[in-house]
Amino acid sequence: MKCRVCRAPAVLDIRRHNAAFCREHFVRHCREQVRRAIDDRHMIAAGERVLVAVSGGKDSLALWDLLLDLGFEADGLYLGLGIGEYSEASGQAARSFARERGLQLREVDLAADYGYDVPGAAATHRSPCGACGLSKRYLFNSLAVEHGYDVVATGHNLDDEAAVLLGNVLRWETGYLGRQQPVLPASPGFARKVKPLYRLGERETAAYCVLVGIDYQVEECPMAEGNRHLGYKEVLDALEARSPGAKAAFVFGFVDRAHERFAEDAGTEREGLGPCEVCGSPTTSDVCAFCRLRARVGSRAVHAQ
Amino acid sequence: MPGPVTVAALLEQLDVNPESVLVIQGDTLVTRDARLADTDVVEIRPVTSGGAG
Repeated sequence: MKCRVCRAPAVLDIRRHNAAFCREHFVRHCREQVRRAIDDRHMIAAGERVLVAVSGGKDSLALWDLLLDLGFEADGLYLGLGIGEYSEASGQAARSFARERGLQLREVDLAADYGYDVPGAAATHRSPCGACGLSKRYLFNSLAVEHGYDVVATGHNLDDEAAVLLGNVLRWETGYLGRQQPVLPASPGFARKVKPLYRLGERETAAYCVLVGIDYQVEECPMAEGNRHLGYKEVLDALEARSPGAKAAFVFGFVDRAHERFAEDAGTEREGLGPCEVCGSPTTSDVCAFCRLRARVGSRAVHAQ
Repeated sequence: MPGPVTVAALLEQLDVNPESVLVIQGDTLVTRDARLADTDVVEIRPVTSGGAG
């Protein structure tokens, strides 16, 4: 195969674009897709400070690299989840990336700073990924607000968005559909949340890392094994193989043409919020979901003694 | 696996969906039509991550 742009030997083909690219033009393609996502959706304005949610995996490190490449001021935040060797290797990848480039990586360790870890929290929650996601959403936001960042950027890619969308449609989760957007605007107590990789598939983010020399954590989280989200991705990959472009049409069509229909269902989420009695963060309950999770894990630890 | 074989044929023989992997040779990637010899060594690296469910 030849590069669509310069006719040099290609290193990656992207069937949904009916195109292949050499290294140089593939990197340019990734930059253009992220630039377009940011500009089209007004994700980040010039001069704003960005906090990148860094896991040490391909998506978050590619995102951090691309944001810096595009000229944004971006620091990283890594959460130590306490998932054994997986977390150790993930933290190592994030630290190496930051150190080699002279970047600021903030670190929070769930066990040391908040008294629990994800395996402990998983035992008190519907699913391990649910407890993990809740912790991440809370901490990325609260630390962004505390340190004065304008924007939290996450590495959600096209495949992630397609899988979440499929799950939400299958169960007609209209409130979640109303909130599934590449940008969630800022509101009192909440930094803006953006997903600049939503136009790139995870095959592209992984290829970007390999081609620009980013060492990322290749291993999958052992606690995610067999989860529903992976099942949706498998189905979507099968669809994509038969019908290239299916995932992009699904996600972009939703964002452009269908999302608005569910906006009303999501409209009340950030209305009627009061401060959490424990931590002061905005919540619809007396005590926020994060503090309730911490309390459950603590109570379980006491019972176990 | 015996060569020569294209990357596309190799993935098919292994029952691997090309949408879910990268094929890495040294420090670069190879496309579906690349022909691999008997002695070539490639890494087939899954790209699917799943921590959202």
